[in-house]
Amino acid sequence: MKIMLDISIQEEHPHHIIKIQGEIDASNSVQLDEKIRELAEQGSRSILVDGAQLEYISSAGLGVFMSYLEEFQEKEIQLKIYGLTPKVFEVFRILGLDQLISILPTKEAALQDS
Amino acid sequence: MEHHLQIACRTTALSELRLFLNHTLADTQLTESELNQVTLAVEEVCANLIIHSHQCNESDQIKLAVRQDRDKLTFEITDKGKAFNLLDYEVPDLKKVISEKRKGGLGIILVKKIMDEIEFESDRGLNTCRLIKLFRS
Repeated sequence: MKIMLDISIQEEHPHHIIKIQGEIDASNSVQLDEKIRELAEQGSRSILVDGAQLEYISSAGLGVFMSYLEEFQEKEIQLKIYGLTPKVFEVFRILGLDQLISILPTKEAALQDS
Repeated sequence: MEHHLQIACRTTALSELRLFLNHTLADTQLTESELNQVTLAVEEVCANLIIHSHQCNESDQIKLAVRQDRDKLTFEITDKGKAFNLLDYEVPDLKKVISEKRKGGLGIILVKKIMDEIEFESDRGLNTCRLIKLFRS
């Protein structure tokens, strides 16, 4: 059986890159929450989410990103998402999250933006 | 033509639901993005029922019927138990969701934005939620 979700973390000083592969829904969004929480607690100042291989996200996953917005703003932690496929980006756009979270087309754009 | 699926009330059944919908809707005129959106909307309703109405009780079941007509798709989701009428649910303000650090509430916003019509009825413990997506010609 195909593994539904794989989340890995790479460090590219001063950034931490969370690479998401697969599908995020209500059954596994807690994994994304734990990874982001972990990085924030370790003192990361810049979290970049590589969404190129994110095939699907439901509100459970979107809610994870949203739940950190205020805290990260207060603590001056940068959170950016890049590489989303058009169909996944569309879901962020429907909710208006593209106005609240920095979503960039490529990793290069995300690095330049910081 | 109608297609049917029955899933147990556990969140891991949601991937089963997506597979079913991808397969069932493959021959429709929906674009890849529209297919993703209607799948998402149906999943959001089912996830709500699984988590909030049935507290992930795996012995409970949700039924889904998908009907394709010339001009629209109809998704009929039925369950037994406490009714959750999403038409009565007040859609939370996005800013409120952020400030209260809520991880829920977004799903209903998505369903209402994606689907063209939403109907709900409850009769003697059987709840039916109908989601309708019109084809754009």
